Amino acid sequence: MKILVVIKRVVDHSIKVRIKPDGSDVDITGVKMSINPFDENAVEEAILLKDKGVASEVVVVALGTAANQDVLRHSLAMGADRAVLIESEQDLQSLAVAKLLKPLVLREQADLILIGKQAIDDDAGQTGQMLAALLDYPQATFASSIQVAENAIEVTREVDGGTETLGLTLPAVITTDLRLNEPRFVKLPNLMMARKKAIETVSASDLEVDIQPRLKLIKVAEPPARKPGIKVNSVQDLLEKLRAHEGIQI
Amino acid sequence: MKVLILAEHNGSILNPSVYQAVTAAQFWNAPIDVLIAGHEVQAVAQQAALIAGIHQVIHADAPQLKHQLAEHVAKLLASIGHEYAVILAAHSSFSRNILPRAAALLDVAMISDVLDIQADNTYARATYAGNVLTTLQSKDSIQVLTVHSSNFDVVEKSSTAAEVVSIQAPNAEYSTRWLSEDRAQSERPALSTAKIVISGGRSLGSAETFEQLLSPLATKLGAALGATRAAVDAGYAPNDIQVGQTGVSVAPDLYIAVGVSGAVQHTYGMKDSKIVVAINQDLDAPIFQVADYGLVADLFEAIPELTAAI
Ligand SMILES: Cc1cc2nc3c(=O)[nH]c(=O)nc-3n(C[C@H](O)[C@H](O)[C@H](O)COP(=O)(O)OP(=O)(O)OC[C@H]3O[C@@H](n4cnc5c(N)ncnc54)[C@H](O)[C@@H]3O)c2cc1C
Ligand SMILES: Nc1ncnc2c1ncn2[C@@H]1O[C@H](COP(=O)(O)O)[C@@H](O)[C@H]1O
Repeated sequence: MKILVVIKRVVDHSIKVRIKPDGSDVDITGVKMSINPFDENAVEEAILLKDKGVASEVVVVALGTAANQDVLRHSLAMGADRAVLIESEQDLQSLAVAKLLKPLVLREQADLILIGKQAIDDDAGQTGQMLAALLDYPQATFASSIQVAENAIEVTREVDGGTETLGLTLPAVITTDLRLNEPRFVKLPNLMMARKKAIETVSASDLEVDIQPRLKLIKVAEPPARKPGIKVNSVQDLLEKLRAHEGIQI
Repeated sequence: MKVLILAEHNGSILNPSVYQAVTAAQFWNAPIDVLIAGHEVQAVAQQAALIAGIHQVIHADAPQLKHQLAEHVAKLLASIGHEYAVILAAHSSFSRNILPRAAALLDVAMISDVLDIQADNTYARATYAGNVLTTLQSKDSIQVLTVHSSNFDVVEKSSTAAEVVSIQAPNAEYSTRWLSEDRAQSERPALSTAKIVISGGRSLGSAETFEQLLSPLATKLGAALGATRAAVDAGYAPNDIQVGQTGVSVAPDLYIAVGVSGAVQHTYGMKDSKIVVAINQDLDAPIFQVADYGLVADLFEAIPELTAAI
């Protein structure tokens, strides 16, 4: 079984992103960038499946500028076999990403596509489902467990109110949730080795799909702040204030 | 021009968020249709017909729609989508699973978790774990979106039923099989609609303490329980009560955060609550920045005291 893992380079989750003074966009110059956490779970799962002898090859793919080399190398250092960059200077929105991935999936004849359930920058949560639609493949989203037997896969999904388990056969698209696994730490010697590996670059324009953004960014702003609160001295004080000022009868 | 709502239901009852999705749909001032997809769900279609102000209920009943798998429901949406200018649903794991797939089949973008509709193609939504409020304009001929239900009022029920129109679902074969589900059976109110939510963090230390300390308080207050990701990951609480960027969003009248540090990924899911109370022993915990009332205290003392006092 061949696995294709999609990864996105995003502002690290620990960073509070700045907004440009003119409100035209966020300002991410010089900001720490990392692999999208959900995608790191996807890479880890693919490597675990390879370690178990279920997967034969793990190919990671990123989309965007050459800056993506770092997250691709990070994935190679985790244990991925090959890395591909679909290179583009465009703002790539979920639908465009799905359109670019489709020909790559077909070229690679990937059996399983693992892709994060959402990117922590745009928080869209769309690309995996869109890719599954374009390929007309079955999908299992928000996976917290993936069990593989031969060609059949059982996926437990985290859904509102609990979990749900689906069975599907390959080829298929699975989007990964954080509780799927605990991504391994990358060891320095592995990172050094990954530096030497070649990264294949495919030009987005060669894939001949429509990647024009459909959504126009009008502006960005700070979200409305909550009005400042107060400290209370004791549980009694808290209850008195809730009752007197908020009319909460508890 | 018409608006279509993809309605979430569990096979017998309509999800309450559908009534909020209808308010969002009214923005377009156009006839609103409500799609009920499932198997033997006539009763749900009848409930939907009683939503005030809707035009029609579109009822698609077929065996392959039984578990509302994304493959089949998206195909159904794509088969009727061109009749609509807008297709929307309340943001939930149900709609997040299906709508992106339908949008791609219709070759249009999707806008997720819309907080505010500003024009018939312009929306505000949160990005970067709620740190940024982004305004977007869609150029597509069909607008596909999910809405942040707590930002929209609940519409009334009507005494006269709207027309229910049955349609044929496209027949397609997928290997996907629904095997099982494990849904929490709780006496408590549903987390997403509860008036009071009490959330616990990692500091509760174990599943037993989480239960022993927070349950009596929740019972007394008629509250739902929530948790941080750290608490869920540690196994102190089930996954479906995780509040935040990657869990559920809640907006109760009262939110009590107990031993919760207040990471942005958590506050994303609760900062629309009317009143926030935070109990944390660390004066500098970020949760106090979003709290109306902050109590700097050891939760192991404060919670029993609070429970006893109400
Ligand atoms: C991609 C991504 C997505 C995420 N999604 C979510 C999400 O959806 N929801 C979510 O919640 N988190 C999410 N997180 C995790 C988030 O960043 C935080 O790590 C998490 O919310 C912290 O949980 P916590 O407050 O329970 O634990 P901690 O941060 O460890 O805080 C514990 C708090 O308890 C206090 N405390 C300790 N002992 C006591 C005591 N005896 N009495 C009173 N107070 C005490 C401490 O002062 C501290 O403030 C996500 C992270 C990432 C990277
Ligand atoms: N520009 C991109 N480059 C690489 N991967 C992406 C990109 N956009 C989305 N993805 C993948 O799609 C997943 C979901 O993203 P989204 O739909 O944007 O929330 C991410 O976790 C990535 O795996």
